[in-house]
Amino acid sequence: MQVFHRSANTLSRFSIFGAVFLVAFALWFVYQLNRSPFATGQRDVVTQPVPFSHEHHVSGLGIDCRYCHTSVETSSFAGIPPTATCMNCHKQIWTGAAMLEPVRASLREGEPIRWQRVHRLPEFVHFNHGIHIQKGIGCVSCHGRVDQMPLVWQEKPLSMSWCLECHRAPEEFVRPRDKVFDMTWEPEDQDEIGPRLVRDYGIRSKTNCSICHY
Amino acid sequence: MTTGRRHLDLAAFGARLSGENAPEYWRALEELAEDPSLHEVLREELARESAATGEGVDRRDFLRLMGASVAMGGLAACTPPAETIVPWVDAPEQLVPGRPLFYASAMELDGVGAGVLVESHMGRPTKIEGNPDHPGSLGATDHFAQASILSLYDPERSGTVRYTGDVSTWAAFVSALQATLQTLRGSGGEGLRVLTEGMSSPTAGSQMREILQRYPAAAWHTWQPVTRDSVLEGSRLAFGRPLQTVRHFGGADVVLALDSDFLAREPGFVRYTRDFMDRRRVRAGAATMNRLYVAESMPTPTGTMADHRVAIPAGEIETLARAIAGEIGVGTRVDAGARSAWAEAVARDLRAHPGRSIVLAGENQPPAVHAIVHAINAALGNAGRTVHYIEPVEANPVNQGESMRRLATDMRAGRVRALLILGGNPAFTAPADLEFARAMDFVPFRVHLGTYYDETSARSHWHVPATHFLEAWSDTRACDGTVSIVQPLIRPLYNGASVHEILAALNEDIRTGHEIVRDFWRERARTGADFDATWNRWLHDGVIPDSALPPVSAPASGAIPAAAPRGAAGIEVVLRPDPMIHDGRFANNSWLQELPKPVTKLTWDNAALMSPATASVLKVANGDVIEIEAGGRTVQAPVWSVPAHADDSITLDYGYGALRTGEVGRGTGTDVYPFRTLAGGDIVRGVTVRKTGRRVRLATVQMHHELAWELADGAGARRNIVRSGTLDRYRENPEFLRVPGLEIKGGPSLYPEWPYETYAWGMVIDTNVCTGCGICTIACQAENSIPVVGKEQVLVGREMHWIRTDHYYKGDPNDPDIGMYNVPIPCMHCENAPCEPVCPVEATSHSDEGINEMTYNRCVGTRYCANNCPYKVRRFNFLSYADFETESYKAMRNPDVTVRSRGVMEKCTYCIQRINEHRIEAEKDGRRIRDGEFTTACAQACPTRAIRFGDLNDSDSDVARLRAEPLNYGMLTELNTQPRTSYLGALKNPNPELARRAAPASSTEPAE
Repeated sequence: MQVFHRSANTLSRFSIFGAVFLVAFALWFVYQLNRSPFATGQRDVVTQPVPFSHEHHVSGLGIDCRYCHTSVETSSFAGIPPTATCMNCHKQIWTGAAMLEPVRASLREGEPIRWQRVHRLPEFVHFNHGIHIQKGIGCVSCHGRVDQMPLVWQEKPLSMSWCLECHRAPEEFVRPRDKVFDMTWEPEDQDEIGPRLVRDYGIRSKTNCSICHY
Repeated sequence: MTTGRRHLDLAAFGARLSGENAPEYWRALEELAEDPSLHEVLREELARESAATGEGVDRRDFLRLMGASVAMGGLAACTPPAETIVPWVDAPEQLVPGRPLFYASAMELDGVGAGVLVESHMGRPTKIEGNPDHPGSLGATDHFAQASILSLYDPERSGTVRYTGDVSTWAAFVSALQATLQTLRGSGGEGLRVLTEGMSSPTAGSQMREILQRYPAAAWHTWQPVTRDSVLEGSRLAFGRPLQTVRHFGGADVVLALDSDFLAREPGFVRYTRDFMDRRRVRAGAATMNRLYVAESMPTPTGTMADHRVAIPAGEIETLARAIAGEIGVGTRVDAGARSAWAEAVARDLRAHPGRSIVLAGENQPPAVHAIVHAINAALGNAGRTVHYIEPVEANPVNQGESMRRLATDMRAGRVRALLILGGNPAFTAPADLEFARAMDFVPFRVHLGTYYDETSARSHWHVPATHFLEAWSDTRACDGTVSIVQPLIRPLYNGASVHEILAALNEDIRTGHEIVRDFWRERARTGADFDATWNRWLHDGVIPDSALPPVSAPASGAIPAAAPRGAAGIEVVLRPDPMIHDGRFANNSWLQELPKPVTKLTWDNAALMSPATASVLKVANGDVIEIEAGGRTVQAPVWSVPAHADDSITLDYGYGALRTGEVGRGTGTDVYPFRTLAGGDIVRGVTVRKTGRRVRLATVQMHHELAWELADGAGARRNIVRSGTLDRYRENPEFLRVPGLEIKGGPSLYPEWPYETYAWGMVIDTNVCTGCGICTIACQAENSIPVVGKEQVLVGREMHWIRTDHYYKGDPNDPDIGMYNVPIPCMHCENAPCEPVCPVEATSHSDEGINEMTYNRCVGTRYCANNCPYKVRRFNFLSYADFETESYKAMRNPDVTVRSRGVMEKCTYCIQRINEHRIEAEKDGRRIRDGEFTTACAQACPTRAIRFGDLNDSDSDVARLRAEPLNYGMLTELNTQPRTSYLGALKNPNPELARRAAPASSTEPAE
């Protein structure tokens, strides 16, 4: 006696293969999701206690990155300016602006401004700004066009595979040292200058685990 | 090893050692006894480590909890937690965020200061190094300095002023103090007593003198449990006044240590051990060594270095000293009994090196021994050459025992109206026969300045929390008198006050600690307006130049005191401070608690240490609790038998067993202070011992991480883990320790050799100068944020130390002159690392500089790597050992190192964070890293410079030169691991006269 209808064959075939596809799809989906801006937080505009505009200060006023991020050439950490740095200018201009009240309050009360971190690496990753600057990696390569960001967002995924893109082929990204802080510089022929700079700057960009993980 | 040892057949050991396939080097007697339980334990090492511990969470619960946390963790992990960046309002000068600053300071212990450099990350002190410019440090530290960073952040330190136990304020205390002083002022301070610890601070001394001027009837008492009374009294016998000895080991060819652990314990040892070892570095073209004779009861790090050692009860040292003195022509000839030949040989050797030898005696020994030592040094012409004498560095160089006796008597008689106890815990540590704690009740106004709310605080009206040395200004003198300013790095974390501030309150002085110290030195600097520059220079250098105390010419009287009548015969007890927690002040410091003690390798406990022969006479086994009685005083302690310990002698370490300590120290060890009396001294003779029937499990790491076991050719032959020989053999053939076929490089390989083009990091450890003190281990712990695991976990072999020091014996355990060797074992960074190919997730891999790297975030915890590591240097986080909760510890950790969580393997990284930091700095300057620019934490802290680290590609580097030495060898090289860490063989320099009698001729060959 036939218990199952003939169509059950098709159904069972479909569900067996379907399950494989479903699992594969699920894995692919999680993989893609994990690398998507949704998970990496790319292009999420972070609200700050003071709506500081890099666009205005960098493109508008032409202030160099290092005026505020003082330790970027010497230390692992680029440095977030103390309130006193803001007040160098703002004790003279925009002295009454409501937008700047948290800055003035900080100086008045001796309480630091608590900025929201935008570029966050996990604790098991050690990144050093100084050496990358020294070896001719431009700010814009990792941070994007900060000069066009009213509020800073994270432009790149900051994933390990993204780091390795450059660590495996630094000649594709290296630029002359005097252009490191230049937001608008574009290479005329990266294929020509890349290998030359790698040689000149003695770049041995490493891919050992312990270069970053320790 | 915790297996109970019941029947040890000592006679059988000798037979076993002379038999075929005998182990040349061994670690524990069980091994010689071929104890089947040991076989089992060693074979099951990995299983045992992974077994549930019975306490807390077992495996089943653990999995259940893990299941739940995975389910919930999936939800939480979508978005990383928001982080804030908090910049300064106004940034201080010189401080670059992300880069550490180093400040010079000094740490005082028992009245002697040691210079340190303190690493500070964004205002948080995180690591202590030695100050190379300080004469007591020369760049190295002791273990107390390394561990003191943990004490600084200890959340259980006292944090508030208390009045009769209730929370109070500093202001309330000061007004109560002033009110009391008001009542005493009329009588010139009659009844005012200040009790300090031994201290050498010139500022505190001057403050005390001011107080005594203002209150002429007041008195200053001093007590430190690790007292140097007999040293002081000995010099009083010899010179008529208390003097301190400064030694110059650089000029000493022959050294005789009488029960003195001068290489790992006594004040200034960091400096002395360096000077001493500089005379023992045998290098190609410089085959000379000093010769060390040691007579001691308990084997110490000094004893392990001895060329000739006799194990004799501490109470018989005096007779031996007299015998040696008699041979040299000091005093009359005395018969040393069985040791006559030894005494004669030593005396002859000393006489043959006039002006080029040093004799020294331990702090435990009675004054007479010290007087004899001074007389011998004078007779040998050493005074003024290898030893010189200075005024004591102590601010109050009194006989502390007598000082305490007077204080206790006066307290009991009601003559003390106000007692200020500044530091220490005398209610716990004072000599038992004074009954100090009870006597305190007779004083109507009692103040205690202390780091913890302890026994003394509980008996005081007022308790004031004391500052840590990194929190307050002070000054201190080194062992040669050189002054350092103690510079704080952080504001008091727990509202503490310093000794200077309390003394200022007594003086109605309203200056801050900084002003007090600075003003004191401004007066003395005599630089006038330029003082600021001078002061800043002193702070920067960490020493005040030319402030060492001048040598005093002190002709020893030459007469030595007549021998006192010998005490009762029988078994003696020797009391000494614990090597790790000292007098008990570090009982709440888990790093020191878990640091294996030299020789015994015990952790978390003290024990009644005795020789295996004495243990079998007493019919006790390891862990049996015995009751020791003398003069009506009893103490109970578990037995631990130590090969090479003197017979009829029991060593008890004091410092353990305080009832009022933090969570860490609570319940550890046994309090043996009740046994320590002024009348009895530190060597108590004629004790009776009784078994109690109780047993205690003691956590020793001696047989953990056993190397040769699985490789044993049926008999556990040591495959060249230790190599040792004599200086004479070396002179005949410097390569005599080489074993053909066991070179570091040379195994066949299918792969071409990897060219290490940039750097090739390597380490060479000189076992010839390693004392086994354990400072490398604790320095590594501080640098790499290594967690502690607790006694229960140590018992199952889960201690986390990245570098351990294995202690090996060589020869018959019945031989008094048994060889002892210390072998520090970090990761070998093998070029053919067996751990690497077995990792399924490539969490451990090889760098192009030859580092065997460990990537924590990749590790899934299979433990295959640890299973495959022949050196057993990999450590697994079975539980969440790192403390992620306690706020204060977050500030303490090295920000350059990841804190490892549960389920992650870790091991020595050659301090990769330091390598990376210096590679980056060198790259920025476009140069190579220079040799000596940096080193690993273990190498930096090592007082003997036994560990050297550097670039093997640089043929001029220290480490490359050492690797080319004929004594260099690799461990377990037959496995073709090609280790980057290599060793220099240990040499002894025996006296031919003594060696002829004792030596079995064949014992210097390495095992094949």
